[in-house]
Amino acid sequence: MSANGMNLTLKVWRQKNAQTAGKFVTYKAESISPDMSFLEMLDVVNESLVHKGEDPIYFDHDCREGICGMCSLYINGHPHGPKRAITTCQLHMRSFHDGQTITIEPWRAAPFPVIKDLAVDRTAFDRIQQAGGYVSVNTGGVPDANEIPIPKVIADEAFNSATCIGCGACVAACKNASAMLFVSAKVSQLGMLPQGQPERYRRVQSMVAQMDEEGFGSCTNTGACEAECPKEIKLTNIARMNNDYFSAKLFRQEELHEQSHGE
Amino acid sequence: MILDAKIPAGPLAEKWSTHKFNLKLVNPANKRKYDVIVVGTGLAGGAAAASLAELGYNVKAFCFQDSPRRAHSIAAQGGINAAKNYRNDGDSVYRLFYDTIKGGDYRAREGNVYRLAEVSVNIIDQCVAQGVPFAREYGGLLDNRSFGGAQVSRTFYARGQTGQQLLLGAYSALNRQINAGKVKMYTRTEMLDVVIVDGKAQGIVTRNLETGKIETHSGHAVLLCTGGYGNVFYLSTNAMGCNVTAAWRAHKRGAFFGNPCYTQIHPTCIPVTGDHQSKLTLMSESLRNDGRVWAPKTVELAQKLRKGELKVTDLKEEDRDYFLERKYPSFGNLVPRDVASRNGKEMVDEGRGVGSTGVAVFLDFADAIKRLGEDAVRAKYGNLFDMYYQITNEDPYKQPMRIYPAVHYTMGGLWVDYNLMTNVDGLYALGEANFSDHGANRLGASALMQGLADGYFVIPYTIGDYLAKIGPKPVDTKHPAFEQTKKDVEERVKKLLALRGNKTVDEYHRELGHIMWEYCGMARNEEGLKKAKGLIQNLRADFWKNAIVLGENEELNQSLEKAGRVADFLELGELMVDDALMRKESCGGHFRVESQTPEGEALRDDEHFAFVSAWEYKGDNQPEELHKEELVFENVHLTQRSYK
Repeated sequence: MSANGMNLTLKVWRQKNAQTAGKFVTYKAESISPDMSFLEMLDVVNESLVHKGEDPIYFDHDCREGICGMCSLYINGHPHGPKRAITTCQLHMRSFHDGQTITIEPWRAAPFPVIKDLAVDRTAFDRIQQAGGYVSVNTGGVPDANEIPIPKVIADEAFNSATCIGCGACVAACKNASAMLFVSAKVSQLGMLPQGQPERYRRVQSMVAQMDEEGFGSCTNTGACEAECPKEIKLTNIARMNNDYFSAKLFRQEELHEQSHGE
Repeated sequence: MILDAKIPAGPLAEKWSTHKFNLKLVNPANKRKYDVIVVGTGLAGGAAAASLAELGYNVKAFCFQDSPRRAHSIAAQGGINAAKNYRNDGDSVYRLFYDTIKGGDYRAREGNVYRLAEVSVNIIDQCVAQGVPFAREYGGLLDNRSFGGAQVSRTFYARGQTGQQLLLGAYSALNRQINAGKVKMYTRTEMLDVVIVDGKAQGIVTRNLETGKIETHSGHAVLLCTGGYGNVFYLSTNAMGCNVTAAWRAHKRGAFFGNPCYTQIHPTCIPVTGDHQSKLTLMSESLRNDGRVWAPKTVELAQKLRKGELKVTDLKEEDRDYFLERKYPSFGNLVPRDVASRNGKEMVDEGRGVGSTGVAVFLDFADAIKRLGEDAVRAKYGNLFDMYYQITNEDPYKQPMRIYPAVHYTMGGLWVDYNLMTNVDGLYALGEANFSDHGANRLGASALMQGLADGYFVIPYTIGDYLAKIGPKPVDTKHPAFEQTKKDVEERVKKLLALRGNKTVDEYHRELGHIMWEYCGMARNEEGLKKAKGLIQNLRADFWKNAIVLGENEELNQSLEKAGRVADFLELGELMVDDALMRKESCGGHFRVESQTPEGEALRDDEHFAFVSAWEYKGDNQPEELHKEELVFENVHLTQRSYK
């Protein structure tokens, strides 16, 4: 590394919009400090592009502290880059070396169409959550919080599932673009908690139906999703979801078709 | 003009119940005849949109992110306060009220704050019912931790990611209403103006960020739940997209801006490493429960540390100055944020800062690890320690964290009355976007409480009163005011896109940030503020001549998005400086160097400044007009805050 930091070659996917074909474009990133985050490195590249009057590279990002789930990027063949258990915004340039070539692509999955450059449309995830990722309680009129005791181990395990940030790395990592890890995280969180019991079998059926409708692929238990998940959501969630799903399909199909009487 | 806060009369503890009874109701069959616009889907907006839809109103909700789940509430770490008194340690609604008023340095309304404390208990019940996985004890009941500015444990938490879990709770309630067809959700859609028809807010103008399409939307009321404006400082703990545009556009259409200079500088953030820095990361205040803040005892030791001649672990106990514990024996490391921040800055100013830049102090967990064991510390703060390690490449289990204050929250915001309505009829502001509950300094774990209180438990009552009064007559976008406002927005977009100068929008933003941090940051004085005003005016003029805004409107265009937001920050920054100049006292997060006690603490001037400043926009480049809402204290006795 030179005294002025690292010099890198970036091969970046550029695509004007969903209707236009995309291609890789090569850029130089010069004098990059190892203390920069990956996105700050892209900021530097973008600033120089703007100065040259060229369209900056579009990428999604927001909180830049690994919690909002907005950032994505498939970096050198890995969602969120080469390190485990972090998001792209938490990846720092010290994880790369001077002279390295870095390939940056968007999430590649049919249900996540490219909007521009490195940004994809992940609203399919929202629609799955809308199909049933909740406990149907209205504001007000609920019991005192401590009237629902929950064993600590259950609460902790539900919490582990609830840490999913909805980034889509699991889908991007999967050869089938399966969304099972994402869907099972919510199904597990609510399925483990007493509050989630009344709708447990309805929920899993609705969410899975929506997942299928969005065009996500099947799960073959390869485990790439778990390996690449920035929040280390476990495959056991998928096992729990399958368990609930089969049980629902065998014995509780009617719950899905019952009309909701609530407003 | 007299600002009427509409605080109900009567004893403090009865104000809200009396008020709720006196509010008009909309009958259930009529609710579906009303449309309500909710801008922003964080804790305040998400909770409001879901709750109003549950009641039967038709809600249109908007967010600029790709999903409502991304709102920046998600990044809140430490916890949420509630006066449950589950610990049997003397907490009560009154104590939470008192702590909040005192923590805000007596610059908030008694009525609002008491209501906040009162509904805090319902929030926890609501979130648990939604399936929010709060931390629990082995007995199965909820756990609590303590937070700054309080001597009771009333903070509920979900590891170091409470905001995420609460937001996902609100998001799930919102999703349920989207599924039910009661909420129409618009994502990647930014509000660029509010439409006022005959003095009432009846709609907004938005830009679809994917297609560039500029559209109008109508509603019987407009709720701005658009967060704070900390990004005026460029570097802050806010997400990159956080901006003031919705609130500022509303301000320019007549809504008063309250206490703009009240900003919170959070004491424990990861220090800046260089010019490339794009944002700062908070290390939760909850860490001060077990972490001890210190600086080297002498300048010489600090210099040796900075040069690498000494390692931090080489420093003996007697070489360390635990300055918060030394100066504030009763609150120690748990003094409120403003106090902790100023003391950290003092250490750095004295030359006792650490790290390669010398702009940091230590937050040390060695004692906690010795006392509780590494596993227990990991269980409490694991994700924060990991986050720190990722950013700094230093292991906080082995050596102390380096921390420094950073802009975190803005107590100021749109002026609202007790009903959360701005001075413009039908225009409401909720959560961080309003000014109302935290006075001059917000206590830790109170932002989540306020956002959810406003959204779940205040607006569903107060909005009904307004809607019942105006009646369910349909509003639509045919009124000429919609066309005119849309044209204004289109012209502004055109004007921005015509900028093809030589300086990027980020460069202007960074420069504005430097000015604000230097002159309107942790310590402010008249001379500096006057200088800042001139600098901002020049920078703004330069922006409209020399900025580069590339691309066109009809595409996903980040240059354009940023340019619009920074242009608004360039106007807001000047108002913040005006407000800071006007307020010659120190209070909470607003520290005027000219007004301090002999010990260097913030010195209020209750005789002259016990009021809310509410600024009225008077036209481009015109001085704004100051209105004052006198603060009336009937229950608490104003004292000099002491945490000693």
